[in-house]
Amino acid sequence: MKIYADNAATTKMSSTAKEAMLPYFDIMYGNPSSLYSAGQEAAEALYRARETMAKNLGCEGREIYFTSGGSEADNQAIISAAVLGEKNNKKHIISTAFEHHAVLHTLDKLKKQGYEITLLDVHENGIVLPKEVEAAIREDTCLVTVMYANNEIGTVQPIEEIGKICREKGVLFHTDAVQAAGHLHIDVRKQNIDMLSLSAHKFHGPKGAGVLYVKKGITLTNIIEGGAQERGKRAGTENVPAIVGMAEAFNEACAHIDENAEKLTMLRDKIIAGLLNIPHSVLNGDHIRRLPGNINLCFEGIEGESLLLLLDAKGIMASSGSACTSGSLDPSHVLLAIGRPHEIAHGSLRLSLCEYNTEEEADYIIEKVPEVVEYLRNMSPVWRDLKEGKKSYVIQ
Amino acid sequence: MLYSEKVMDHFTHPRNVGIIENADGIGEVGNAKCGDIMKIYLKIKDGIIDNVKFETFGCGSAIASSSMATEMIKEKPLSEALTLTNKAVAEALDGLPAHKMHCSVLAEEAIKAAIEDYYKKNGIAYDKSRFPDCESCGYCAEGKCK
Repeated sequence: MKIYADNAATTKMSSTAKEAMLPYFDIMYGNPSSLYSAGQEAAEALYRARETMAKNLGCEGREIYFTSGGSEADNQAIISAAVLGEKNNKKHIISTAFEHHAVLHTLDKLKKQGYEITLLDVHENGIVLPKEVEAAIREDTCLVTVMYANNEIGTVQPIEEIGKICREKGVLFHTDAVQAAGHLHIDVRKQNIDMLSLSAHKFHGPKGAGVLYVKKGITLTNIIEGGAQERGKRAGTENVPAIVGMAEAFNEACAHIDENAEKLTMLRDKIIAGLLNIPHSVLNGDHIRRLPGNINLCFEGIEGESLLLLLDAKGIMASSGSACTSGSLDPSHVLLAIGRPHEIAHGSLRLSLCEYNTEEEADYIIEKVPEVVEYLRNMSPVWRDLKEGKKSYVIQ
Repeated sequence: MLYSEKVMDHFTHPRNVGIIENADGIGEVGNAKCGDIMKIYLKIKDGIIDNVKFETFGCGSAIASSSMATEMIKEKPLSEALTLTNKAVAEALDGLPAHKMHCSVLAEEAIKAAIEDYYKKNGIAYDKSRFPDCESCGYCAEGKCK
């Protein structure tokens, strides 16, 4: 059995979206900026894709900017807000400790340029408190950026409430919705979102396409200079096939959000319950307020990379917050942010499901993961010390 | 693939896993904070490593390095075991990715620590300079260890 359970990393292309893209490679391959008909066909496809994205986000087409993906959208949103802030002598930005690196590293760069960054606590359940956002806002705050749902532990943030606070205080609000788009309902007007980033390949679209939604009236700063594409705010010939595929996939995902969520929540909760039967294991992130397909657990006494390799040998593809999988020394900053100690964070497992996963696959996961955990624990000196009472368990 | 076939073989079918009751020398190196701990157990007979077992908490290459290193010193004289280098372990595994080389260093150090433990327990004089302190992991290098 081969089980793909790493949908937070990327997803399988939707066949409808893939079909929709094909004519734009070799039939309607014109440059959308060209005047002749082949170019205008591509321009029309871009127009339709823009309208589709806008309709499903609750905004207007002219508020949609196509990018190369989520990271570029995050970079541009944050830099733009910083530039606007600087004009009014506002150089304070509020975010959270467990954002994606596309946000955190952009903030690090701004910090070096003299901006002050406040990273809010995400607490043990992985959820930001709106009142703490409110308390952190100052006279000189130019941006609040809080992710919609966390990419590792799947916790869903109170976006509408945070948006409301920011609107009342007159502070720009950006959300990195890369993990949420196509999986949770988004309505940028109702949720008071000023800027939002999303990425096509997280909802069965192609890699290399994304969107930055920007509420009209907010001036963007270019990250890429050149031609006048995207109303002059993002140069470079548009990736027409990928944008068409993204719109098709997004439309499809949004049309099935509720039924997919219902199915995934059932599978998710079944796997969580099954795997929590493993002694000294713990769920990372709030049990209820999490993405329908996200499972993230820590198992005491083992290391995540070896867990992933053995699961792969059994046909299960998953991910871990262990340092060894990233080539860095520290384990996942997300797990550290919710208070997991280093040695526990190394032993984490993330399974992220999509609607193509089946109950049979869930049963297989519930059967195989405990076997692999036990196998690794049996060769772990850490586990022996815990078992023999020489050290005390961190996870009870 | 991230790892050579040999690494995968030693990772999925590790040799010499386990413990030795009443071991003559035990060496433990690494730090759970860094995600790697290696523990080596030795049984010594007439200056020869009669038996060796290991326990490892760590990634695939850490487990494979422990397995390969124990194979390389089994039934060898202590003097020969002491010459085992991390490079030799990595080469025997057909190479390790650059950021995993520290796993082979841990294996070399765990063996040396076990031999040092044996010398200490038995009051055997030895050259301390041949047993450096743990310095393999990046945490130590960055001074984050303690």
